[in-house]
Amino acid sequence: MDASVEAAVADAHRREWAFVLAATVRVAGDIDLAEECVQDAYARALTSWPDQGVPARPAAWLTTVARRRAVDLLRRRAVHDRVLPDLLVEEEPAEPVAGDRPGVPDDRLRLVFTCCHPALAPEARVALTLRLVCGLTTAEVARMFLVQESTMAARITRAKKKIAAARIPYRVPRLEELPERTDAVLTVVHLVFTTGHTAPVGADLVRSDLAELALSLARMLRLLLPDDADVAGLLGLILLTHARRSTRVSADGSLALLSDQDRSRWDAEGIAEGLALVREALTRRPPGRFALMAAIAAVHAEAPAWSATDWAELVGLYDLLVAIWPSPVVALNRAVAVGFADGPEAGLAALDRLVDEPQLATYAYLPSARAGLLARLGRDDEAADAYRRALDLTDNAVEREFLRSRLDGLGGPPVADP
Amino acid sequence: MAEYLVLIYEDESAYERPAPGAVDKMMEGHRLFGERHADAIRGGNALQPSGTATSLRGDGGGGFAITDGAFAETKEALGGYYLVEAADLDEAIALAKEIPAPFGGVEVRPVRPL
Repeated sequence: MDASVEAAVADAHRREWAFVLAATVRVAGDIDLAEECVQDAYARALTSWPDQGVPARPAAWLTTVARRRAVDLLRRRAVHDRVLPDLLVEEEPAEPVAGDRPGVPDDRLRLVFTCCHPALAPEARVALTLRLVCGLTTAEVARMFLVQESTMAARITRAKKKIAAARIPYRVPRLEELPERTDAVLTVVHLVFTTGHTAPVGADLVRSDLAELALSLARMLRLLLPDDADVAGLLGLILLTHARRSTRVSADGSLALLSDQDRSRWDAEGIAEGLALVREALTRRPPGRFALMAAIAAVHAEAPAWSATDWAELVGLYDLLVAIWPSPVVALNRAVAVGFADGPEAGLAALDRLVDEPQLATYAYLPSARAGLLARLGRDDEAADAYRRALDLTDNAVEREFLRSRLDGLGGPPVADP
Repeated sequence: MAEYLVLIYEDESAYERPAPGAVDKMMEGHRLFGERHADAIRGGNALQPSGTATSLRGDGGGGFAITDGAFAETKEALGGYYLVEAADLDEAIALAKEIPAPFGGVEVRPVRPL
């Protein structure tokens, strides 16, 4: 097998999966069948592309093959069952819908709204979107949600069965339905971005395909709902965070913390667009969670240097965020901010209130944040234990290397407070 | 098109001493629902209270255990149903939202054709 062809197929899988699947669902009228046909199409690419060459537009090639397969299977099934399949799919538009045409949601958005239907359990919506829209493996989705792979597989299967049995339609909701349908979609898009921003497994810290998929989904939502403050907040948050992407890994491939990043290399254009969105999102009272998270990212983006970070402002924003969204992960980030605003002792006290949170039991950032605070207090033995615990819970190669270097650096000169 | 059974679950005790006019208002709601969606409604009725129910369970040997009462004792009991036809779940939910259930709510279940 030609390595370049294999790479092209892998690349098409990462970039085009959502497009190909969403377009195939239209024809298949059934998500499970569509998924099977898309998998077949990728398998066909592996055998065809070495002889025929990689097509100029891989997504179009894959879609054609997957759709043809779907039609074929449907015909056979119809002959066998003497019934026509139930098509819940909206009639195909006269011309293909382009993702970049303003105001027109593309098929991926349709797929996202189906996966985020309120008749599905909230945890199933996110899982399904990551699996079907983003093409993540069940194992990757399970890690994101800190659950066993078998648990996640069962959750996804059950949700897919419900979509088919209860006939959850494949379409973007009508305008009047949109407000009640949007939060679930925003939650999903945010989680997709988080996964791309720090990949849970693998050799690369950033999976830019996922981050960019989330960014383009957020931009589409913004076109669809231009007056929605939560959408503005989410898009702002993604832009401000994504603006730091090129500085998060140093030239030697190691992880660069916010404190060590070269801020002159942050994407100024993305930051400017993000800041404008944050201002817009904060005009709604009370501000929503995405507006607050975006405001937190904005405080970092506006600080000319790490030492100039306004930690008191950050703690204030985290207080507001915890009040409307009492998630242990938010409380963890708040504790880290407290550690800089009021010193490591205070940060550690805030953090130690979270150690019994079941949701954080396998969350590597808890021990690694704890280790950082302990190291600043000179409690090296405890810090080393905490770094080892964090290493046990981390599968991303870049993050592992970072933790190991911190562990090795213990006992050296104390890390200076900012 | 597909069929959905909409099950109406309500707190039966609320009907023992209803507020004046509450029952009339509910009946009027059902009448309006029936009128407005005559095309979609395939059937439906109210049920006698769950105290009138009789449950049967086979004992595996050809016999039956027959007991007084509903299969599951719940705070909100099944009190009526509609069988409706709808293109998809969104349409079924839109219909179900119009069914009066002042002392509880409704459950939408897709029918599995055999």
